Amino acid sequence: MASSAKKLLMDPFSSNNPITVQVLGICSALAVTVKVDTAIVMTLALTSVLTLSNVVISLLRNVIPSGIRMIVEMAVIATLVIIADQLLQAFLFDISKQLSVFVGLIITNCIVMGRAEAFALQNPPKESLLDGLGNGLGYGIILIAVASIRELLGFGSWFGIKILPESYMGNGLVLLAPGAFILLGLLIWAQRTITKYVEE
Amino acid sequence: MREDTKTLLFAAAICVTCSLLLSGTAAGLRSRQQANEQFDVKRNIVKAFGIDIGGMKRPEIETTFEKYISEETAGDLPLFTWTDEGADSPSKYAFPISGKGLWSMLYGYLALNADMETIAGLSFYKHMETPGLGAEIEKDWFQTQFAGKRLYEDGHAVDFTIAKPGTPLNDTSVDGISGATLTGKGVQTLLRKDAARYAEYFNSIKGNRE
Repeated sequence: MASSAKKLLMDPFSSNNPITVQVLGICSALAVTVKVDTAIVMTLALTSVLTLSNVVISLLRNVIPSGIRMIVEMAVIATLVIIADQLLQAFLFDISKQLSVFVGLIITNCIVMGRAEAFALQNPPKESLLDGLGNGLGYGIILIAVASIRELLGFGSWFGIKILPESYMGNGLVLLAPGAFILLGLLIWAQRTITKYVEE
Repeated sequence: MREDTKTLLFAAAICVTCSLLLSGTAAGLRSRQQANEQFDVKRNIVKAFGIDIGGMKRPEIETTFEKYISEETAGDLPLFTWTDEGADSPSKYAFPISGKGLWSMLYGYLALNADMETIAGLSFYKHMETPGLGAEIEKDWFQTQFAGKRLYEDGHAVDFTIAKPGTPLNDTSVDGISGATLTGKGVQTLLRKDAARYAEYFNSIKGNRE
Protein backbone atom coordinates (compact mmCIF):
# COMPACT_ATOMS: atom_id res chain seq x y z
CA MET A 1 0.00 0.00 0.00
CA ALA A 2 1.34 3.41 -0.88
CA SER A 3 2.51 5.32 2.17
CA SER A 4 0.02 8.16 1.68
CA ALA A 5 -2.90 5.74 1.49
CA LYS A 6 -1.66 3.91 4.54
CA LYS A 7 -1.40 7.19 6.41
CA LEU A 8 -5.01 8.06 5.49
CA LEU A 9 -6.22 4.74 6.78
CA MET A 10 -4.04 4.37 9.86
CA ASP A 11 -3.72 7.92 11.23
CA PRO A 12 -7.25 8.02 12.66
CA PHE A 13 -6.44 4.95 14.78
CA SER A 14 -4.10 6.87 17.00
CA SER A 15 -2.39 10.14 16.14
CA ASN A 16 -5.53 11.68 14.62
CA ASN A 17 -8.23 9.66 16.35
CA PRO A 18 -11.69 11.22 15.92
CA ILE A 19 -12.63 10.60 19.57
CA THR A 20 -9.45 10.96 21.60
CA VAL A 21 -7.76 13.67 19.53
CA GLN A 22 -10.50 15.48 17.62
CA VAL A 23 -13.00 14.85 20.48
CA LEU A 24 -15.93 14.24 18.12
CA GLY A 25 -18.75 11.74 18.49
CA ILE A 26 -18.62 11.69 22.29
CA CYS A 27 -22.39 11.44 22.72
CA SER A 28 -22.70 8.04 21.11
CA ALA A 29 -19.38 6.90 22.62
CA LEU A 30 -20.97 7.28 26.05
CA ALA A 31 -24.34 5.89 25.13
CA VAL A 32 -23.76 2.66 23.24
CA THR A 33 -20.74 1.31 25.08
CA VAL A 34 -22.43 -0.62 27.88
CA LYS A 35 -21.86 -3.86 25.99
CA VAL A 36 -19.37 -4.91 23.35
CA ASP A 37 -21.96 -6.18 20.87
CA THR A 38 -23.81 -2.86 20.65
CA ALA A 39 -20.46 -1.06 20.31
CA ILE A 40 -19.49 -3.28 17.39
CA VAL A 41 -22.81 -2.83 15.60
CA MET A 42 -22.61 0.92 16.14
CA THR A 43 -19.06 0.89 14.75
CA LEU A 44 -20.17 -1.00 11.66
CA ALA A 45 -23.15 1.31 11.15
CA LEU A 46 -21.08 4.47 11.54
CA THR A 47 -18.19 3.16 9.43
CA SER A 48 -20.45 2.20 6.53
CA VAL A 49 -22.34 5.49 6.69
CA LEU A 50 -19.11 7.50 6.93
CA THR A 51 -17.33 5.62 4.12
CA LEU A 52 -20.31 5.83 1.77
CA SER A 53 -21.04 9.47 2.52
CA ASN A 54 -17.39 10.35 1.97
CA VAL A 55 -17.39 8.57 -1.41
CA VAL A 56 -20.71 10.06 -2.55
CA ILE A 57 -19.77 13.58 -1.51
CA SER A 58 -16.34 13.21 -3.08
CA LEU A 59 -17.94 12.10 -6.37
CA LEU A 60 -20.26 15.10 -6.27
CA ARG A 61 -17.63 17.56 -5.07
CA ASN A 62 -17.19 19.28 -8.41
CA VAL A 63 -20.87 19.63 -9.21
CA ILE A 64 -22.36 20.58 -5.83
CA PRO A 65 -23.42 24.25 -6.05
CA SER A 66 -21.52 25.98 -3.25
CA GLY A 67 -24.66 27.75 -1.99
CA ILE A 68 -26.40 24.52 -0.95
CA ARG A 69 -23.28 22.49 -0.16
CA MET A 70 -24.10 21.71 3.46
CA ILE A 71 -27.73 20.90 2.82
CA VAL A 72 -26.69 18.44 0.13
CA GLU A 73 -24.23 16.83 2.53
CA MET A 74 -26.95 16.55 5.16
CA ALA A 75 -29.36 14.98 2.67
CA VAL A 76 -26.78 12.39 1.62
CA ILE A 77 -25.84 11.56 5.22
CA ALA A 78 -29.44 11.44 6.44
CA THR A 79 -30.44 9.11 3.60
CA LEU A 80 -27.59 6.72 4.37
CA VAL A 81 -28.34 6.75 8.11
CA ILE A 82 -32.03 6.01 7.61
CA ILE A 83 -31.16 3.12 5.28
CA ALA A 84 -28.73 1.75 7.90
CA ASP A 85 -31.40 2.10 10.60
CA GLN A 86 -34.00 0.32 8.45
CA LEU A 87 -31.57 -2.52 7.75
CA LEU A 88 -30.86 -2.93 11.47
CA GLN A 89 -34.57 -2.98 12.28
CA ALA A 90 -35.11 -5.70 9.71
CA PHE A 91 -32.11 -7.90 10.41
CA LEU A 92 -30.78 -7.11 13.90
CA PHE A 93 -33.98 -6.15 15.70
CA ASP A 94 -32.78 -6.64 19.29
CA ILE A 95 -29.59 -4.70 18.80
CA SER A 96 -31.48 -1.99 16.97
CA LYS A 97 -33.77 -1.67 20.00
CA GLN A 98 -30.79 -1.36 22.31
CA LEU A 99 -29.16 1.25 20.09
CA SER A 100 -32.55 3.01 20.05
CA VAL A 101 -32.18 6.63 19.00
CA PHE A 102 -28.42 6.50 18.60
CA VAL A 103 -28.43 5.04 15.09
CA GLY A 104 -30.62 7.92 13.98
CA LEU A 105 -28.27 10.28 15.76
CA ILE A 106 -25.41 9.24 13.46
CA ILE A 107 -26.90 11.97 11.27
CA THR A 108 -25.70 14.54 13.78
CA ASN A 109 -22.48 12.71 14.64
CA CYS A 110 -19.87 15.37 14.05
CA ILE A 111 -17.44 12.85 12.61
CA VAL A 112 -19.57 12.24 9.52
CA MET A 113 -20.25 15.88 8.69
CA GLY A 114 -16.72 16.78 9.75
CA ARG A 115 -15.03 14.35 7.35
CA ALA A 116 -17.36 15.39 4.53
CA GLU A 117 -16.49 19.04 5.00
CA ALA A 118 -12.82 18.66 5.88
CA PHE A 119 -11.83 15.88 3.53
CA ALA A 120 -14.29 14.55 0.97
CA LEU A 121 -15.00 17.95 -0.55
CA GLN A 122 -11.36 18.43 -1.51
CA ASN A 123 -10.23 14.90 -2.33
CA PRO A 124 -10.94 12.21 -4.95
CA PRO A 125 -13.18 9.21 -4.12
CA LYS A 126 -10.43 6.68 -3.48
CA GLU A 127 -8.72 8.78 -0.81
CA SER A 128 -12.10 9.74 0.65
CA LEU A 129 -13.01 6.08 0.94
CA LEU A 130 -9.83 5.35 2.90
CA ASP A 131 -10.36 8.41 5.07
CA GLY A 132 -13.94 7.33 5.85
CA LEU A 133 -12.89 3.78 6.62
CA GLY A 134 -10.00 4.91 8.80
CA ASN A 135 -12.04 7.40 10.79
CA GLY A 136 -14.96 5.00 11.22
CA LEU A 137 -12.71 2.27 12.53
CA GLY A 138 -10.69 4.72 14.62
CA TYR A 139 -13.96 5.74 16.25
CA GLY A 140 -14.87 2.09 16.62
CA ILE A 141 -11.65 1.04 18.29
CA ILE A 142 -12.25 3.53 21.10
CA LEU A 143 -15.89 2.48 21.36
CA ILE A 144 -14.92 -1.16 21.65
CA ALA A 145 -12.17 -0.37 24.16
CA VAL A 146 -14.59 1.57 26.38
CA ALA A 147 -17.28 -1.10 25.96
CA SER A 148 -14.85 -3.89 26.84
CA ILE A 149 -13.93 -2.23 30.13
CA ARG A 150 -17.53 -1.34 30.95
CA GLU A 151 -18.91 -4.78 30.18
CA LEU A 152 -16.10 -6.49 32.11
CA LEU A 153 -16.41 -4.34 35.22
CA GLY A 154 -20.17 -3.90 35.03
CA PHE A 155 -21.36 -7.41 34.18
CA GLY A 156 -18.19 -9.49 34.62
CA SER A 157 -18.45 -10.61 31.01
CA TRP A 158 -17.01 -9.79 27.59
CA PHE A 159 -19.08 -10.04 24.42
CA GLY A 160 -21.71 -11.88 26.46
CA ILE A 161 -19.25 -14.51 27.70
CA LYS A 162 -18.85 -14.73 31.48
CA ILE A 163 -15.24 -14.00 32.41
CA LEU A 164 -15.21 -13.10 36.06
CA PRO A 165 -16.56 -15.62 38.63
CA GLU A 166 -20.28 -15.56 39.52
CA SER A 167 -19.41 -14.12 42.92
CA TYR A 168 -18.29 -10.87 41.23
CA MET A 169 -20.71 -8.07 42.00
CA GLY A 170 -21.11 -5.88 38.93
CA ASN A 171 -19.96 -2.31 39.35
CA GLY A 172 -22.99 -0.11 38.70
CA LEU A 173 -21.06 3.11 38.17
CA VAL A 174 -19.29 2.05 34.98
CA LEU A 175 -22.66 1.15 33.44
CA LEU A 176 -23.93 4.70 33.84
CA ALA A 177 -22.96 7.61 31.61
CA PRO A 178 -20.67 9.21 34.26
CA GLY A 179 -18.66 5.97 34.43
CA ALA A 180 -18.22 6.06 30.67
CA PHE A 181 -17.16 9.70 30.90
CA ILE A 182 -14.44 8.85 33.41
CA LEU A 183 -13.20 5.90 31.34
CA LEU A 184 -13.17 7.97 28.16
CA GLY A 185 -11.23 10.71 29.95
CA LEU A 186 -8.66 8.19 31.14
CA LEU A 187 -8.36 6.78 27.62
CA ILE A 188 -7.83 10.25 26.14
CA TRP A 189 -5.19 10.95 28.78
CA ALA A 190 -3.38 7.65 28.14
CA GLN A 191 -3.54 8.04 24.37
CA ARG A 192 -2.29 11.64 24.42
CA THR A 193 0.52 10.75 26.80
CA ILE A 194 1.71 8.02 24.44
CA THR A 195 1.46 10.09 21.25
CA LYS A 196 2.71 13.29 23.02
CA TYR A 197 -0.22 15.19 21.50
CA VAL A 198 -0.73 18.64 22.99
CA GLU A 199 -3.67 20.93 22.29
CA GLU A 200 -2.41 24.21 20.87
CA MET B 1 -30.00 33.27 -13.27
CA ARG B 2 -28.40 30.30 -14.99
CA GLU B 3 -26.44 29.57 -11.82
CA ASP B 4 -29.70 29.61 -9.83
CA THR B 5 -31.39 27.25 -12.27
CA LYS B 6 -28.47 24.88 -11.95
CA THR B 7 -28.68 24.95 -8.17
CA LEU B 8 -32.42 24.29 -8.22
CA LEU B 9 -32.03 21.42 -10.66
CA PHE B 10 -29.26 19.92 -8.55
CA ALA B 11 -31.34 20.19 -5.38
CA ALA B 12 -34.31 18.58 -7.13
CA ALA B 13 -32.16 15.74 -8.42
CA ILE B 14 -30.74 15.05 -4.94
CA CYS B 15 -34.21 15.09 -3.41
CA VAL B 16 -35.63 12.68 -5.96
CA THR B 17 -32.68 10.28 -5.68
CA CYS B 18 -32.75 10.27 -1.88
CA SER B 19 -36.49 9.78 -1.65
CA LEU B 20 -36.43 6.96 -4.19
CA LEU B 21 -33.69 5.21 -2.23
CA LEU B 22 -35.54 5.64 1.05
CA SER B 23 -38.94 4.56 -0.16
CA GLY B 24 -37.35 1.58 -1.93
CA THR B 25 -35.62 0.45 1.28
CA ALA B 26 -38.67 1.03 3.43
CA ALA B 27 -40.96 -0.89 1.09
CA GLY B 28 -38.50 -3.73 0.62
CA LEU B 29 -37.89 -4.28 4.32
CA ARG B 30 -41.37 -3.61 5.66
CA SER B 31 -42.59 -7.21 5.92
CA ARG B 32 -39.46 -8.28 7.82
CA GLN B 33 -39.70 -5.35 10.20
CA GLN B 34 -43.37 -6.02 10.87
CA ALA B 35 -42.62 -9.66 11.62
CA ASN B 36 -39.98 -8.49 14.09
CA GLU B 37 -42.39 -6.10 15.75
CA GLN B 38 -45.13 -8.71 16.04
CA PHE B 39 -42.67 -11.09 17.61
CA ASP B 40 -41.55 -8.39 20.01
CA VAL B 41 -45.15 -7.94 21.19
CA LYS B 42 -45.51 -11.71 21.71
CA ARG B 43 -42.26 -11.82 23.62
CA ASN B 44 -43.42 -9.06 25.92
CA ILE B 45 -46.73 -10.78 26.59
CA VAL B 46 -44.78 -13.91 27.59
CA LYS B 47 -42.56 -11.75 29.77
CA ALA B 48 -45.56 -10.04 31.40
CA PHE B 49 -46.83 -13.47 32.45
CA GLY B 50 -43.77 -13.61 34.67
CA ILE B 51 -41.66 -15.89 32.48
CA ASP B 52 -37.92 -15.26 32.53
CA ILE B 53 -37.20 -14.88 28.83
CA GLY B 54 -33.56 -13.92 29.37
CA GLY B 55 -32.07 -17.12 28.02
CA MET B 56 -34.86 -18.01 25.59
CA LYS B 57 -34.38 -18.05 21.83
CA ARG B 58 -37.00 -16.83 19.39
CA PRO B 59 -38.48 -20.28 18.51
CA GLU B 60 -38.80 -21.17 22.22
CA ILE B 61 -40.71 -17.98 22.90
CA GLU B 62 -42.95 -18.61 19.87
CA THR B 63 -43.79 -22.15 21.06
CA THR B 64 -44.39 -20.97 24.64
CA PHE B 65 -46.79 -18.40 23.26
CA GLU B 66 -48.63 -20.97 21.11
CA LYS B 67 -48.81 -23.52 23.89
CA TYR B 68 -49.98 -21.55 26.90
CA ILE B 69 -51.40 -18.27 25.73
CA SER B 70 -54.66 -17.60 23.99
CA GLU B 71 -56.07 -14.35 22.80
CA GLU B 72 -59.53 -13.53 24.09
CA THR B 73 -61.68 -10.51 24.74
CA ALA B 74 -62.91 -8.88 27.89
CA GLY B 75 -66.15 -7.34 26.69
CA ASP B 76 -64.74 -5.27 23.83
CA LEU B 77 -61.24 -5.03 25.34
CA PRO B 78 -58.36 -7.32 24.34
CA LEU B 79 -57.22 -9.95 26.85
CA PHE B 80 -54.65 -12.73 26.91
CA THR B 81 -54.97 -15.77 29.13
CA TRP B 82 -52.36 -18.24 30.32
CA THR B 83 -53.52 -21.80 30.82
CA ASP B 84 -51.18 -24.31 32.44
CA GLU B 85 -50.79 -27.70 30.82
CA GLY B 86 -53.79 -29.92 31.57
CA ALA B 87 -55.68 -27.17 33.38
CA ASP B 88 -59.25 -26.27 32.40
CA SER B 89 -59.31 -22.63 33.30
CA PRO B 90 -56.69 -19.92 32.89
CA SER B 91 -54.32 -19.24 35.75
CA LYS B 92 -53.14 -15.81 34.65
CA TYR B 93 -54.66 -12.92 32.72
CA ALA B 94 -52.81 -10.21 30.80
CA PHE B 95 -54.03 -7.03 29.20
CA PRO B 96 -52.36 -4.24 27.27
CA ILE B 97 -51.47 -1.05 29.10
CA SER B 98 -50.62 2.26 27.46
CA GLY B 99 -50.38 5.91 28.27
CA LYS B 100 -48.28 9.00 28.07
CA GLY B 101 -44.78 9.07 29.54
CA LEU B 102 -42.59 12.14 29.40
CA TRP B 103 -41.78 12.26 25.68
CA SER B 104 -43.87 9.54 24.20
CA MET B 105 -46.58 6.95 24.52
CA LEU B 106 -45.62 3.90 26.59
CA TYR B 107 -46.96 0.53 25.51
CA GLY B 108 -46.80 -2.65 27.53
CA TYR B 109 -48.63 -5.57 29.09
CA LEU B 110 -49.67 -6.33 32.64
CA ALA B 111 -50.54 -9.81 33.89
CA LEU B 112 -52.66 -10.71 36.92
CA ASN B 113 -52.45 -13.88 38.98
CA ALA B 114 -55.38 -16.33 39.26
CA ASP B 115 -56.79 -14.31 42.18
CA MET B 116 -57.33 -11.47 39.66
CA GLU B 117 -56.09 -9.02 42.28
CA THR B 118 -52.31 -9.27 42.39
CA ILE B 119 -49.83 -8.62 39.61
CA ALA B 120 -47.98 -11.55 38.02
CA GLY B 121 -45.72 -9.38 35.90
CA LEU B 122 -45.41 -6.34 33.70
CA SER B 123 -43.48 -5.38 30.60
CA PHE B 124 -43.02 -2.39 28.34
CA TYR B 125 -42.14 -2.95 24.70
CA LYS B 126 -42.43 0.42 23.05
CA HIS B 127 -41.52 3.89 24.24
CA MET B 128 -39.25 6.79 23.33
CA GLU B 129 -38.14 7.83 26.81
CA THR B 130 -34.64 9.13 27.55
CA PRO B 131 -32.07 6.32 27.56
CA GLY B 132 -30.66 5.89 31.07
CA LEU B 133 -33.54 7.76 32.69
CA GLY B 134 -37.12 7.14 31.62
CA ALA B 135 -36.04 4.22 29.44
CA GLU B 136 -35.25 2.32 32.64
CA ILE B 137 -38.92 1.25 32.60
CA GLU B 138 -37.89 -1.50 30.18
CA LYS B 139 -35.22 -2.79 32.56
CA ASP B 140 -35.71 -5.89 34.71
CA TRP B 141 -35.00 -4.16 38.02
CA PHE B 142 -37.97 -1.86 37.45
CA GLN B 143 -40.35 -4.45 36.03
CA THR B 144 -39.70 -7.28 38.52
CA GLN B 145 -40.77 -5.02 41.39
CA PHE B 146 -44.39 -5.28 40.26
CA ALA B 147 -44.72 -9.04 40.71
CA GLY B 148 -46.89 -9.82 43.75
CA LYS B 149 -48.12 -6.25 44.23
CA ARG B 150 -51.82 -5.59 44.54
CA LEU B 151 -53.78 -4.00 41.69
CA TYR B 152 -57.39 -4.59 42.84
CA GLU B 153 -58.91 -4.51 46.29
CA ASP B 154 -62.58 -5.43 46.88
CA GLY B 155 -63.31 -5.18 43.19
CA HIS B 156 -61.86 -1.71 42.78
CA ALA B 157 -58.55 -0.63 41.27
CA VAL B 158 -56.21 0.51 44.04
CA ASP B 159 -54.32 3.80 43.89
CA PHE B 160 -51.17 2.16 42.64
CA THR B 161 -48.15 4.38 43.26
CA ILE B 162 -44.74 4.77 41.69
CA ALA B 163 -42.96 6.10 44.77
CA LYS B 164 -40.00 8.37 45.03
CA PRO B 165 -36.92 6.13 45.27
CA GLY B 166 -36.02 5.53 48.92
CA THR B 167 -39.46 6.09 50.43
CA PRO B 168 -41.04 3.16 52.31
CA LEU B 169 -43.04 0.84 50.07
CA ASN B 170 -46.23 -1.11 50.68
CA ASP B 171 -48.05 -3.71 48.59
CA THR B 172 -49.45 -1.13 46.20
CA SER B 173 -46.31 0.83 45.43
CA VAL B 174 -42.95 0.31 43.75
CA ASP B 175 -39.73 2.31 43.56
CA GLY B 176 -39.64 4.94 40.85
CA ILE B 177 -36.65 5.92 38.72
CA SER B 178 -34.28 8.61 39.92
CA GLY B 179 -34.21 11.44 37.41
CA ALA B 180 -37.35 10.24 35.65
CA THR B 181 -40.12 11.36 37.96
CA LEU B 182 -42.42 12.32 35.09
CA THR B 183 -42.07 8.97 33.33
CA GLY B 184 -42.92 7.35 36.69
CA LYS B 185 -45.99 9.58 37.02
CA GLY B 186 -47.00 8.46 33.52
CA VAL B 187 -46.66 4.80 34.47
CA GLN B 188 -48.71 5.42 37.61
CA THR B 189 -51.48 7.18 35.68
CA LEU B 190 -51.67 4.55 32.97
CA LEU B 191 -51.74 1.68 35.50
CA ARG B 192 -54.62 3.26 37.41
CA LYS B 193 -56.49 4.07 34.21
CA ASP B 194 -56.16 0.64 32.61
CA ALA B 195 -56.79 -1.17 35.91
CA ALA B 196 -60.06 0.74 36.21
CA ARG B 197 -61.01 -0.12 32.63
CA TYR B 198 -60.67 -3.84 33.30
CA ALA B 199 -62.12 -3.85 36.84
CA GLU B 200 -65.66 -4.60 35.71
CA TYR B 201 -64.58 -7.54 33.59
CA PHE B 202 -62.53 -9.16 36.34
CA ASN B 203 -65.36 -8.61 38.83
CA SER B 204 -67.76 -10.36 36.49
CA ILE B 205 -65.58 -13.47 36.10
CA LYS B 206 -64.99 -13.56 39.82
CA GLY B 207 -68.77 -13.29 40.33
CA ASN B 208 -69.39 -16.23 37.97
CA ARG B 209 -66.85 -18.34 39.74
CA GLU B 210 -68.32 -17.94 43.19
